[in-house]
Amino acid sequence: MKKGFKGIVLAAMTVASVAALAACGTSSSGDKFGLIALHDESSTYDANFIKGFKAACEAKKVEAKIVTGIPETNKCYEAAADLADQGCKGVFADSFGHEAHIAKAASEFADVQFSHATGTSSKYANKDQANFHNAFASIYEGRYLAGVVAGLKLQEMEAAGKIEAKNKDANGNIKLGYIGAYTYAEVISGYTSWYLGVKSIMPNVVMDVTFTGSWYDEVAEGNGANTLIDGGAALISQHADSMGAPSACEAKNVPNVSYNGSTAAKCPNTYLVSSRINWQPYFEMMIEKTLAGESYAKDYCGTIETGSVELAEYGKNVAAGTAEKIDEVKANLKSGKLHVFDTSKFTVTVVAPDADGNNGKNAGATVDADGHLTAYLADVDGDYKGDTNVVSNGYFDESNAEKYRSAPYFDLQIDGINLLNVKF
Amino acid sequence: MAREHKEPLFHIVKRMNMGGTSKVAIRIVSILIGLIIGAIFVVALSPTSHNFFGFFGSMVSGISSTPRRLWLFLLEGSLLLGVSIALVPAFKMKFWNLGGNGQILVGCLATCAVMFYLGGKLPDPALWPIMLVASVLAGAIWALIPALFKAFFKTNESLFTLMLNYIAAILIGYFISLWYPTGTGSMSPLPHGALPTLGNTPFGKYFLPTIIFFIVAIAIYFYLRFSKHGYELSVVGESENTARYIGINVKVVTIRTMILSGALCGLVGFILSGAVHQMMSVNMDSNMGFTGIMVAWLSHFNPAVMILIAYFVTFVTRGMSQVNTDFGFTDEKLSSVISGIIFFLLIASEFFVSYRIVWRADIQKVMDKIAYPFVKACDSTDSLIKTIKVKLTTKKQPAKKEAE
Repeated sequence: MKKGFKGIVLAAMTVASVAALAACGTSSSGDKFGLIALHDESSTYDANFIKGFKAACEAKKVEAKIVTGIPETNKCYEAAADLADQGCKGVFADSFGHEAHIAKAASEFADVQFSHATGTSSKYANKDQANFHNAFASIYEGRYLAGVVAGLKLQEMEAAGKIEAKNKDANGNIKLGYIGAYTYAEVISGYTSWYLGVKSIMPNVVMDVTFTGSWYDEVAEGNGANTLIDGGAALISQHADSMGAPSACEAKNVPNVSYNGSTAAKCPNTYLVSSRINWQPYFEMMIEKTLAGESYAKDYCGTIETGSVELAEYGKNVAAGTAEKIDEVKANLKSGKLHVFDTSKFTVTVVAPDADGNNGKNAGATVDADGHLTAYLADVDGDYKGDTNVVSNGYFDESNAEKYRSAPYFDLQIDGINLLNVKF
Repeated sequence: MAREHKEPLFHIVKRMNMGGTSKVAIRIVSILIGLIIGAIFVVALSPTSHNFFGFFGSMVSGISSTPRRLWLFLLEGSLLLGVSIALVPAFKMKFWNLGGNGQILVGCLATCAVMFYLGGKLPDPALWPIMLVASVLAGAIWALIPALFKAFFKTNESLFTLMLNYIAAILIGYFISLWYPTGTGSMSPLPHGALPTLGNTPFGKYFLPTIIFFIVAIAIYFYLRFSKHGYELSVVGESENTARYIGINVKVVTIRTMILSGALCGLVGFILSGAVHQMMSVNMDSNMGFTGIMVAWLSHFNPAVMILIAYFVTFVTRGMSQVNTDFGFTDEKLSSVISGIIFFLLIASEFFVSYRIVWRADIQKVMDKIAYPFVKACDSTDSLIKTIKVKLTTKKQPAKKEAE
């Protein structure tokens, strides 16, 4: 009997000692790169980064260290520093609010490269921090392409008599719906380019936009989609990271254009297409340059050309001829023949603010007699004040990393888009 | 044929006179079972590694392999201890303060508001006391509101404090968007008002914020154990009528105790926003207001045990996040479930500390055989401890006599 107890004690001691040994043995040779994700894989936004990061690390034969659920607080700095402690040669963080904390880590670990998605400061406030980088992609071009897919679908629906009276406004325009996270340049640029894509096929469209005030809120996103559908939206898209809106659309059989990746598996009947940033090319470039000891761009904007901007698979219910049309538009975007924010394609109404400086609209914009944009002072240095004219050669020059920055700065409210609410 | 009246398979009996060692042993065994279940799941489902013992290695390395990890572990455990200790006076009074999260958040808000509005206008050392007073006051007020309603209108404090959590989070969101109108609901660290540190190492940054809650824990222990206030609130908790009968003003005690509870949560907010983060966010409380309840209950309000439990909970959360990274999980569902299983088993062990299962005679024989070495070992440890205690006391006595 005593023997039995001794056995248990012995076993427990073995477990403890082996555990201690294993703790020492976790560090492996080979190069390591770290990814800091705001949420985990259940968020489509983070899943997109995680997928690209794993693929890039596999392709470049380095070890991926992925930490998930890191909030935009000092915990982000500690996570970055911890990855550097573990010997990671490069660290990438995926959320806008991570920026200040990553920059802080960069200033402490001079021999580690830090990159940050969607950030704005690498060429401005942190321009002297050589190992701190920003990255984004011309996702507005992807949104535009996804808008073209939606426009073709609308065209088909109208031809088939599926657009009902409730789907049109008083002027006979077909209503679209969009769920956004925050009233923030990245979101505004996204829904405007999507809308312009739809409009390039179906000129008679208007769009309602509702905001959730969160990047990830399944309930609010679902409610937002239902509000828009009840308001008559014939087709929905979104810029928020949960399955809330696509699922609500599937339940009510309203076509949906998704973001960050295909939602066809869960929404087979209503999923049309999804634009996404493919981060793999950037990650591979970052790993390659870092291992070679070379410096790489302070600010980087991936394009269709670099493989950074992609459309996911087409849904089974897209209109006939979609693929051909998309190939054509894509070629035009690549060659520069077509610009998403071509100022002749949309109009802007400028409302001067009242005496208290409130209720102004599109301040900083200059328009001609027809309402077409001729100049716009955008905030490109990240201080939330317009500072640089970004309209030239007849188009709004979005996400120009060489001249301005990669993170979007298109925050105009163009005609035809109606904001149901405003959330910062 | 008449049906034979069968003895039930088992029945449950309240335990009497259980040895201290057995109590500890039951808890340790249940934690070990929880960890082993966790390891089995992780190893079975991991896409990258199938090393069973690696699970324990990762858990341990998550809290200890570098000074940074060790200090973050110490800091987070201490913050959780601070929240747990803050909840104790209220719970002892049987006032169900579920508003820890909200009270922490308003503490963060008050701290940041001082840093935001007065930062740069006053020198930092002048800001610190204002931040401290503002955060403690804010937490106290956030607890005072439900206490007043409970004392004067008999409202349900659980619901009331719970609702105030949401209001606090929304207030934080509101102020962030007020200060940074075109952002995305997050803010950068504030440039002024960071609390002093002992240098830029993990030790330097986190030693002071860590130690403060140990001091608070000791202070609250003495407050509850030896002060008149402490006695009064435990009487109110046992029976309001008795309290009234012996001349305790229940309303005053309720309000006073809740102010203390809220003020301490506000202090946690002060440390979080002033020392650790220099900013605030809507989920800066990390849900400690609820985790703290578990810690407080499991420790039976004993501060020494509370330290152990707070650090065990922190070990599990930090360890599991390291397991996630090392075992290639990029989804937190599994780690949440495993943490849940471990905590559930720890809570369930309380049942076996208080009750005993008595099996049907034939099964009991087998069970006794299985349990025998365990019981025997616990008994011998108990008697060993007793002998040591006796020896110690007998040694002391002659010394006393000499002094006389």
